[in-house]
Amino acid sequence: MADLSVHLPALQVVVPLVAAPLCLLAGRAGLAWIIAFAASAAATATAAALAYITIHNGTISYHMGGWPPPWGIEYVVDTANAVILLLVSAIATVVLAFSPASVAKEIRPGSQHLFYCMFVLCLTGLLGIAVTGDAFNVFVFLEISSLSSYALIAMGGQRKALTAAFQYLIMGTIGATFFLIGVGLLYIMTGTLNMADMQARIAGIQDSRTVVAAFAFITVGLALKAALFPLHLWLPNAYAFAPSAVSAFIAATATKVSLYVLLRFTFTIFGAKFAFLNLPLNWVLLVPAVIAMFAGSLSAIFQRDVKRMLAYSSVAQIGYITLAISLASSAGLSAALIHIFNHGLMKAALFCAMGCIFYRIGTTRIDDMAGLGRQMPWTMTAIVIGGLSLLGVPLTAGFISKWYLVQAALQADLWWLVILIALSSMLALVYIWRLVEAMYFKAPPPGLEGAREAPLSMLLPTLFLAGANIYFGLDTRLPVAMAENAATLLLRGQM
Amino acid sequence: MLQAILDHFNYWIAIFLMMIGFYTVVARGNLVKKLVGLNIFQTSVFLLYISMGKVIGGTAPILDDRFQIYSNPIPHVLILTAIVVGVATTALGLGLIVRIRESYGTIEEDELDLADGET
Repeated sequence: MADLSVHLPALQVVVPLVAAPLCLLAGRAGLAWIIAFAASAAATATAAALAYITIHNGTISYHMGGWPPPWGIEYVVDTANAVILLLVSAIATVVLAFSPASVAKEIRPGSQHLFYCMFVLCLTGLLGIAVTGDAFNVFVFLEISSLSSYALIAMGGQRKALTAAFQYLIMGTIGATFFLIGVGLLYIMTGTLNMADMQARIAGIQDSRTVVAAFAFITVGLALKAALFPLHLWLPNAYAFAPSAVSAFIAATATKVSLYVLLRFTFTIFGAKFAFLNLPLNWVLLVPAVIAMFAGSLSAIFQRDVKRMLAYSSVAQIGYITLAISLASSAGLSAALIHIFNHGLMKAALFCAMGCIFYRIGTTRIDDMAGLGRQMPWTMTAIVIGGLSLLGVPLTAGFISKWYLVQAALQADLWWLVILIALSSMLALVYIWRLVEAMYFKAPPPGLEGAREAPLSMLLPTLFLAGANIYFGLDTRLPVAMAENAATLLLRGQM
Repeated sequence: MLQAILDHFNYWIAIFLMMIGFYTVVARGNLVKKLVGLNIFQTSVFLLYISMGKVIGGTAPILDDRFQIYSNPIPHVLILTAIVVGVATTALGLGLIVRIRESYGTIEEDELDLADGET
């Protein structure tokens, strides 16, 4: 056992990576699901163990294949990526628990095992991005997760899923290629791909135009992958037309992982001083973030499809996270990581609830959901809890995020930001209210009076996620302790 | 000026291809042309990586007393990986285009938008 625990960082990625071809070979949906679920549960256990070790013993460095860094690939786990690993693998496990009934309904019988294959492959990519300490390795895992998510989105039932996936493929590949250019320029200047080694070698040459160009390429590339306004155009259609389980998984994790890479490159490799004092990264992030908060929420208000509405709400929420990053303080980084965690919980709960509704009534248009409050009371409870959490109502996880975000803004003497945060939360109230009004105060449309509650296998994971939103609104120790520790690590010796 | 261009010939070509590819992705409405543009864009980055690893007069890194100067093999190996990623992206993109053509009957972006607007 002691021997195995040394290899945890590698197992984190290898277990789901091996599970993906096994799902393909399984050839049957049921067997593929068992393999995918087992791999995902193992990944969650691994992530929990890694989080425990990083909290108690500090940063873990793992040398892939026994080659010492900077020559070999190094996997580094500290509290910053441990929290991401935990979020991604836990959400994947809950969504997989949710998925069998949903997939059986939405995906063609012949390709259901392929769905699970792509799902674990996407999980592999996202975990790999978070765990690696090698800049080029990030690109490889980024493409593994992206390519599998394009395929997953294209599996959506409507033909619009195909054009949404193609649009995402084009924009995602441009983003990843920008990132690749940036890493190449960094390699020209430093001669290394190891992140820690890069950080040491970049110290003396920060004024070089090549380093500045590398930073610009990496930031823009990652902003595209993270759907930071105005580079979010791929996101609404991709989330709206993907199969329900995919929307829940990708909305909760994919953009968050890109934001984590942005944090890692900005603070660990380039250094906060370079990004925020030599270059105006605070304004470059702050202005689009504020626009995203308002434009995302306003667009959400006018959507007729609830999945699309939630997608636009994601654009706004990513605005809050980048706003917190742009403050470049310890409080700001904690707030960003806490919101990355909490927003993952909210969106997973809400998109799973949409999956339950789609399972019963075959649509997620807001007009068709009229009166569902009485027919599907438990699903609606999950939606209301998720919605309240999105608003930031006390006793939900969302309140904790907003609380830390407001505190970080006040600490930076930016009181007008606090007002903007409050105003944009009001907009969230408008679109959540539209949903509540339709569900509880309108009569069901003709033909849909007989809708029943979703099957228990879908309902329990959805309620579990909704419950997590309340649990982490009451007991904030885990995310807050990890985020504050991570913020200290990221800012170590800077600013 | 001319010397500056000739000294960094590879890099100029890489930038040139990068812009051609990027422009094609943005400006063309035909999905296959978009994908070809994306390919050119990616290929230009391969060229950038390969150029930076080349040492003038250097050979492949073979341990032998006759050779003293070696090119850096790491960027070349990295780009092998990136080429595989590029092939996978193209394959997936073309696969999507085939399915789009099957369900819409067109692969022109403006006609697709029109078809989606109706439904």
